[in-house]
Amino acid sequence: MSTGTMTWLALLAASGVVFALKLVGHLVPEHWLADPRVARTASLVTVALLAALVAVQTLTSGYHVVLDARLPALVVAAVALALRAPFIVVVIAAAATAAGLRALG
Amino acid sequence: MIDDPRARTAVRQAVSVSVATGLYGVSFGALAVAAGLSLPQTIALSALMFSGGSQFAFIGVLGAGGTPLAAVATAGLLGARNALYGVRVAPLLGATGWRRPLAAHLTIDESTAVGTAQPTPLANRAGFWWTGIGVFVAWNACTVAGAVLGDALGDPRRYGLDAAAPAAFLALVWPRLAGRTAQLTALAAVVVALGLTPITPPGVGVLAAALVAVVIGWTRPQTPRQQAAADLREVS
Repeated sequence: MSTGTMTWLALLAASGVVFALKLVGHLVPEHWLADPRVARTASLVTVALLAALVAVQTLTSGYHVVLDARLPALVVAAVALALRAPFIVVVIAAAATAAGLRALG
Repeated sequence: MIDDPRARTAVRQAVSVSVATGLYGVSFGALAVAAGLSLPQTIALSALMFSGGSQFAFIGVLGAGGTPLAAVATAGLLGARNALYGVRVAPLLGATGWRRPLAAHLTIDESTAVGTAQPTPLANRAGFWWTGIGVFVAWNACTVAGAVLGDALGDPRRYGLDAAAPAAFLALVWPRLAGRTAQLTALAAVVVALGLTPITPPGVGVLAAALVAVVIGWTRPQTPRQQAAADLREVS
């Protein structure tokens, strides 16, 4: 199977899973998910996944942990977030930092 | 067209949230193409998955060379919170028939936040539907624009797009980092994901980090008041 076909299959499967989860919330009786541990765990899973993605996409390349222009770019993004900059500004500031550092060599 | 002043306020909020979220659809489109997705795949992802965090995760795992299975699992786990949103908004909407799956598809961070924040049932419904439909239109239109732009740019590294992706994830996790438990979880997730990088295929470390969160969430005691505060942050 070609990479393109695999990507399409994964895309459709993942979209199906995400939609099923949304629909489940609308269909199950409210008390099923009333245990506060369920809500807390779901919220922490979101935090963990996002934090892990930040780390992996900033500091790794394949099987290696590497330090490059992405790290200072992330620091700039963090500063922008601390200053309450809008999402698009945060993303552009990070990209511009990495691009600038690479252009300088 | 809308007489109720509180419903009008909800619609105004919905429009501004839609515009702001749409702008971040531009970055999604550009990053999806940079991660190796084709233009039709990028467009299909925004229309069919329609959940920003899951979409960014999906292209992130694939772009890093992860298996399709790891990409599906990560996107699914990040979408789990939408089930909890559905539980909250379903009683407010009272949708039946074909409106129910439509409401489900539109159940995301933004529509839940605006919908549940309103003071009256009419305004709740106006807030949810206007935000859901508004974000859907803006998000998909901007995804196309971003994908076309990203395609024209060429090598993503030259423009620092590989640094834009983690910055996007950081912006998504930032408002959720108030509170000790969340901070501890984030730190543990980073350590686990980086620790597993040299010894596991791409994408597996991220999934292992989710397991850490399950263990922490299920075992760590928390007072009801802290829980209420965490719930509020979740949708703000």
